This record gives sequence, structure tokens and C-alpha cells, in this order.
Amino acid sequence: MGRTLRVVEYCARVYRRSWRGTLFVTFLSPVLFLGAMGFGLGGFVDRSDGLPGGVPYAAFLAPGLLAAQGMQTAAFESTYPIMGRIVWDRVYAAMLATPIGVRDIVLGQLAWIGFRLVLVTSVFFGVMVAFGLARSPIAVLGIGAATLTGLAFAAPIMAFTATQRNDQGFNAIFRFGITPLFLFSGTFFPVEQLPTLLQPIAWLTPTYHGVALARDLALGAATLPAALVHLAVLVGVTAAGLAAAFVTFRRALVV
Amino acid sequence: MPGRMSRGEPLPLVHARGLTKRFGAFTAVDAIDFDVARGEAFGFLGPNGAGKTSTMRMIGCVSPVTAGTLRVLGLDPATDGPRIRARLGVVPQQDSLDMELTVRENLVIYGRYFDLSRAEARRRADALLDFVQLLDRADSQVEPLSGGMKRRLTIARALINEPELLLLDEPTTGLDPQARHLLWDKLYRLKQEGVTLVLTTHYMDEAEQLCDRLVVMDKAKIVAEGSPRQLIERYVTREVLELRFPAGASVDLDGRLEGLAERVEQLPDRVLLYTDDGEAAVVAVHERGLRPESALVRRSTLEDVFLRLTGRTLVD
Ligand SMILES: Nc1ncnc2c1ncn2[C@@H]1O[C@H](COP(=O)(O)OP(=O)(O)OP(=O)(O)O)[C@@H](O)[C@H]1O
Ligand SMILES: [Mg+2]
Repeated sequence: MGRTLRVVEYCARVYRRSWRGTLFVTFLSPVLFLGAMGFGLGGFVDRSDGLPGGVPYAAFLAPGLLAAQGMQTAAFESTYPIMGRIVWDRVYAAMLATPIGVRDIVLGQLAWIGFRLVLVTSVFFGVMVAFGLARSPIAVLGIGAATLTGLAFAAPIMAFTATQRNDQGFNAIFRFGITPLFLFSGTFFPVEQLPTLLQPIAWLTPTYHGVALARDLALGAATLPAALVHLAVLVGVTAAGLAAAFVTFRRALVV
Repeated sequence: MPGRMSRGEPLPLVHARGLTKRFGAFTAVDAIDFDVARGEAFGFLGPNGAGKTSTMRMIGCVSPVTAGTLRVLGLDPATDGPRIRARLGVVPQQDSLDMELTVRENLVIYGRYFDLSRAEARRRADALLDFVQLLDRADSQVEPLSGGMKRRLTIARALINEPELLLLDEPTTGLDPQARHLLWDKLYRLKQEGVTLVLTTHYMDEAEQLCDRLVVMDKAKIVAEGSPRQLIERYVTREVLELRFPAGASVDLDGRLEGLAERVEQLPDRVLLYTDDGEAAVVAVHERGLRPESALVRRSTLEDVFLRLTGRTLVD
């Protein structure tokens, strides 16, 4: 536990030198997306048939984007910086010459990404509230849903990163993984709009469950059984990713 | 002899029997035996790829032992890795400093890994920066430091936990002579304070200066062991005669130096004659009608031992 916290402390120390730059982007992204898609495009959507239940498009979109933000932040944080610490700067190798162990590194790094996710999604949620898009008193739990969505990506992607010797594989992750998931997992439109054949695929993705959970919470439509299913998927994927990361990190760092 | 185990003597700090490291089918360290006693400076010498770093990494408990016995500080790396590492200082062959942190932060965070309080880590960091003469660069980034400064910082970092055993893998490679002498001085002072040193090097003068005892490794095995003086006595003659011939002349030397010395070693640029009386050999060479461009008599060094044992010069 103590050693895991030292790894978190290391990450915080590095972050302290760069947080100002990232904070601005953290604010800007939700403002831009909610402004353009939520209200600009949303104006069109609401003028035609609108969404089931008469929910304004912006209110539908915002929690979806919240969860998607968790996914995207996690995907970035678990690729390039991790590769840097394994291969380029050999920071983890230096840690391993001390009492710190491989499990401490994996857990500490993931805990740090979790902390970053809470920060980023809290800012996003603040923007949602400012735009009047949090319609339920328990909407704030969406921060937890989005963070968990992020972790469900961070853990397996970290595991993948540790198998790579350079950053070429990351392009594929973003192009064929993160971008399609961002577009087709219910963030912008209900997955029921997808061709029937593709819908079951969407249900298998953590993004779908994260988006659905955050949206149900924000719109006050959450039911316990559905929420538990979403949670179970997100926690399950995170746990599996973590188990894989223990193995791949050990393979990459202990030879 | 220091470091030899016998009843009643304290356990060696490092104890290896049949120590083996394999990477897949390739054997990098092949069943080597050695002991390092407390307070000793112990060296690994060997050409590139001999298995020095692989051995050091096993001692540092960062690379699992494939076969054989290894005890470090009396403990088994396989089960007590973190406990052992808490008492080691490690200077890896390749610097692994953190480019995202300042010079001082590199030391402070390292101290935190060893569970020092923030205040204590900072106090030791400044004392060590002073020790390696980098205090004026404490708040600078690591990137712009020169190679020698980075090496000194790496050594300072290895000392943050006040280790009992310091592992140095080619500590001075790439440093200019002045920086090397500075480092030797620091290492010598640490040794005086009772820190046990285990180091690898390609520099004979470094080994002679720093090591009480050393082993020569070649092709994954230990081929000789002893103090620098013992090795010279055992493997080479007292003196060496170095002859240089005009370009092209060496081809027809074949056989003409026979019997002039105990051993003749022909290198690309010169010929070495191992003999106890160098001057007599010079005379004998001339008597045979040979006209070398230059003839130099010198005392034998570890370099000659190395050449004899591995068939290679040290820095290739
Ligand atoms: N991780 C690894 N995987 C495969 N082979 C390795 C690995 N590490 C080292 N080796 C091989 O083991 C052998 C010994 O390497 P090692 O680094 O121990 O040599 P060394 O004596 O330190 O050499 P140098 O003087 O060049 O540093 C080399 O042939 C090297 O290629
Ligand atoms: Mg080496």
C-alpha cells in the first residue's frame, strides 16, 4: 500500500509541472463540444421529431460525452506516458531498483490515472451544470460512472502498451478503437439506431455501458438492475485489464 | 585472503554458487562462483557481452536468477527482493534519470521510494548534491546536464538510502579523465566509510585503483580471480617489451622472435614480448637483426592479464 502510494506521488510530482497547460484544455473541450453539438446540432434535432420522452438533445448528449471524455482521457494517459516510462526514460526500471515492485507500479499508475479521470470528468460535469444539463439530483454520480469508464480502458490499454516496444501500435488503438467507440457507442445517438446486427457488438463495449449509466443518472432514469449490470461490466473489464497488466508489465520490466 | 569464507568469519555480503542467467536458449552467465566480503571493493572485468551486467542485475534483485544459489546480505533475492533492495545502491550501466523532474527532485522522489520522510529526503538530497558537486544545479532540469554530471547524479541517487552495498556498472564510462578521478575519489571515500563496492569496468587503471579483488569474466564464465597484484604475478611476467615495426614489416616476423620471451603476443599495431627482463630482450631483438621503429619496456599491468586471458584488448 505504502509503496503503491509512492508511485502515485511520483506521478503527481510530474503532473505538478504541467497541470496548468492541461487544465485549459480540460475546460475547453466540454465547452466546445456541448456548444457545437449539444446546442448547435441539438437545435435541429429538437425541431424535428426530437428524442423519445421529449428530452432535449443537449441533455441527452452531455452525459454521453462525459463518459466518452473518461474513455479518451484514459486512452491517452495509458499509452504515450506509459511507453515513455517503460521504454524511453526507463523510469519504472529505476523504481524497480528500490523496494518498489511491479505490482506497485501497475496499481499506483492506474490509481493516478483514476485520480486524473476524477479531475477531468469533474470539470466536465461542472460545465454541464453551468449549461443546465444535469437534470437529476444524482447526476453527479456520473463523475463516478465516467471515471469507471475510463478505468475500463486504462487498465487493458496499459497492459497492451507494456507489450509494445514503440508507439506505432497506438495509432491503431485510436483509429480503430477509440474513435469508432466514441462515434457509435450511444454517445451521439441511441445504439438502437445502429443496424440490428451491430447492436449486440455495441452492448459488449465498456463505452456503451459507461454512456448508458452516466445518461440514466443524469436524466433521472436509472434503475438499480440496469445500473448494476453497467457497473459489473465496467468493473469486470477493469479487473481483467489489471490482471493482464500485472503480467505484461512483469514481462516488459523483469528480464 | 579477504572475502574467503571459513568458519567463524562473518557471512559474505554477496554469495554466489553456480549462478546462472539464461535468456531463452542463450546463456549470459554460466554457473559462476564468487563471494564479496563486507567492506571490500570487488570488481568484474570482462570484454563486451561477457555477462557482467547480467550478473550485476541479479545481485541488484531486478533480474531473476535462472539457476544456482545467490544470497545478497544473507537473503534470497527470489523471496526477499524488496528487503534487499532497501539496503542497496545501484548505478546502472545506462542512466535512468527522470527527465521530467529537476536534479533535486530526482533525488527526493528516490528517497521517498525508500520510505524517507519528505524532510529527510530533501536534507539528504542536498547533502549528496554537495558531495557530487552538483548543488548549484539543484533546480535545473536533468536533460541539459553533461554526461559526467548525469553520471554523478546517478551515483548521488544511488546513495540516498545510505546503502551498505553499492553496485556500480561501468560507473565512469564516457567520462573525461578529470571527472573519472573525481568519481574515484568519491568512491574511495565511500569505501573508507565502510560501504561495500561491487563494480564493473573496462578500465584497468580503475580496477587497479579501486578493487581489492576482482574476477575476469569471459563468455559467461569467470576465468580468473584475485587481487590485481596476484593476477599480474600469476598470469604475466614482470615486464613487457612493446615493439613497433614499420607498416607491413610484421608479416615476415614469423618465427623470428621465438625464444626471446616467455610469450609473444602479436597485435595489429604492435608486438608484445612478455619477459622478466625487458632490457635483455631489447638487446636480443637487435642481435637477431630486427630493426623495430620503437622498443618500450614497461611493467606488466592488468591490461596484459586481460589480453592473456581473453585474447582481447579491453576497450574494443
Ligand atoms: N534481456 C536480454 N535478452 C537477451 N539477451 C540478453 C539480454 N541482456 C543481455 N543479453 C545478452 O547477454 C550477454 C551478456 O550481456 P551483458 O550485458 O551481461 O554483458 P556485459 O558483460 O555487461 O557487456 P558490456 O561490457 O558490453 O556491458 C550478451 O550477449 C547480451 O546480448
Ligand atoms: Mg554491461
